[in-house]
Amino acid sequence: MSILVLAEHDNVALKPATQHTISAGARISEKGGNPEVHVLVVGEDAEVVAQASARVAGVNKVFVADAPHLGAQTAEAVSAQVLQHIQTGDYSHVLAPATTFGKNVLPRIAARLDVQQISGIIDVLTVDTFIRPIYAGNALATVQSATDAIKVLTVLSTGFDAAAVAQGNAPIESVKEIVNDPSGTRLLGRQLSSGEKLELTAARVVVSGGRGLQKAENFKLLEALAAKLNAAVGASRAAVDAGFVPNDYQVGQTGKIVAPDLYIAVGISGAIQHLAGMRDSKVIVAINKDPDAPIFQVADYGLVGDALEILPQLTARL
Amino acid sequence: MKVLISIKRVVDFTVKVRVKSDGSGVDLDNVKMSMNPFDEIAVEEAIRLKERGIVTEIVTVSIGSSACQETLRTAMAMGADRSILVESENDLEPLAVAKALKALVLKENPQLVILGKQAIDDDSNQTGQLLAGLLDWPQGTFASKLELASGKAVVTREIDGGLETLELPLPAVITTDLRLNQPRYTTLPNIMKAKKRPLDIVKVEDLQVDPTPRLTTLKVEAPRPRQAGIRVASVEELVTKLRDEAKVI
Repeated sequence: MSILVLAEHDNVALKPATQHTISAGARISEKGGNPEVHVLVVGEDAEVVAQASARVAGVNKVFVADAPHLGAQTAEAVSAQVLQHIQTGDYSHVLAPATTFGKNVLPRIAARLDVQQISGIIDVLTVDTFIRPIYAGNALATVQSATDAIKVLTVLSTGFDAAAVAQGNAPIESVKEIVNDPSGTRLLGRQLSSGEKLELTAARVVVSGGRGLQKAENFKLLEALAAKLNAAVGASRAAVDAGFVPNDYQVGQTGKIVAPDLYIAVGISGAIQHLAGMRDSKVIVAINKDPDAPIFQVADYGLVGDALEILPQLTARL
Repeated sequence: MKVLISIKRVVDFTVKVRVKSDGSGVDLDNVKMSMNPFDEIAVEEAIRLKERGIVTEIVTVSIGSSACQETLRTAMAMGADRSILVESENDLEPLAVAKALKALVLKENPQLVILGKQAIDDDSNQTGQLLAGLLDWPQGTFASKLELASGKAVVTREIDGGLETLELPLPAVITTDLRLNQPRYTTLPNIMKAKKRPLDIVKVEDLQVDPTPRLTTLKVEAPRPRQAGIRVASVEELVTKLRDEAKVI
């Protein structure tokens, strides 16, 4: 038996979420008598990604499915390819990061395998028992998958350290067969935030703004602070709804779940759904003019005051 | 064009649930229940497509206890034409829900199924993708914009790092993200009208779906509470604490 990790990448670089997922795979391997951990890279001209995957600690073998129609990584094409690969091996587990990529693709695979997927695991207890947050992280469920032959899991990066990019030298092989995608789904285009933006789920420091920032322009104050701290910029749902920033800034139950060393919440009241996305951060700082804002209940350091006045002062002092 | 919308009755998003002391689950007694917010967005999107003359009939489906009838009435008060309740005494897992929806899709023949991307109770984010997989239909998940023309759907999707636009041939499955629309409020006259709209009830077993769960929840516990922190009086004090005490900058 082996454990399969589906790599997240953009045909150029391996996304850090994959390293966290490999860690989860390695943990399952430890609990299950050390079966091999394989990484599957599905893409176009993604040889560099395969090489990067081969260097990650804990990876025993890398498979590459490389074809023009796989470059866009649509759920239809990727799931067909993963299903084909699963048939060629003896896999007990299939894992992918619980990112928009993994969330999009993996259930489609679970459906075809007739398996009940377990979404967003944060811990591995045994080869078939996992912990996952439910109700916006207000409860943690210990869930066992005893009957399904293959366990299909998405992995929250916050639950597992990133596997090191070591001097690993796992062999790289092509998959046995490339599968066509007859679905007719076509990628028309992507609008991605500028490359300079640090990835929220990978950053050591995150500074997030909420409705208290009042308007989109004021996010510049937050960006100045982020630049000083080498931090990623996030936002509450309220700030996204108000149109201050794009949706991919959103931290929370329905956005991104982060657990940086330092999380600074500025002008964020602390709704349940936001707390779900950041409560596992090591150190939380809250800056809010409302002394009764719920965000202060989870903050290690709270500062009551006007965010627009405090932000430039804080940036200046760092 | 007919569109099928699946809606789930969940704990209201404003409720902070409490874990039961025996670890068997969360306490849902006397807790306010509502339509899953993402499903509300799905209903709204269908109504807008109908208002634009693209959709002719909106069928809403809910799967669960008889209390879901209330949620279906809300969807019809928003503007759905008729509803189907798939009655099930026990909570169904996403795979069983997707199988029940597949059975209804094969019966109703919609060109489009719209679901919320995620239910805010179990946070699984699976059902739409599972349904698309079971039907072997194209999928457009986490949609922030949807356009339909000449047998195709053009879907703008919220992805990590930005947006992606896909073209899908119909029939297709769409799941909604937050920015797709702002759902309308129901009005009293529409609530009254909705009471007269058809609501059929079928049993989950009648759809040849096995409701037996695949997963066993061994325990549900509250997350470790965070230690209460302190208030600092000034920016200077904050910087000092972060540097010397927390050692994170």
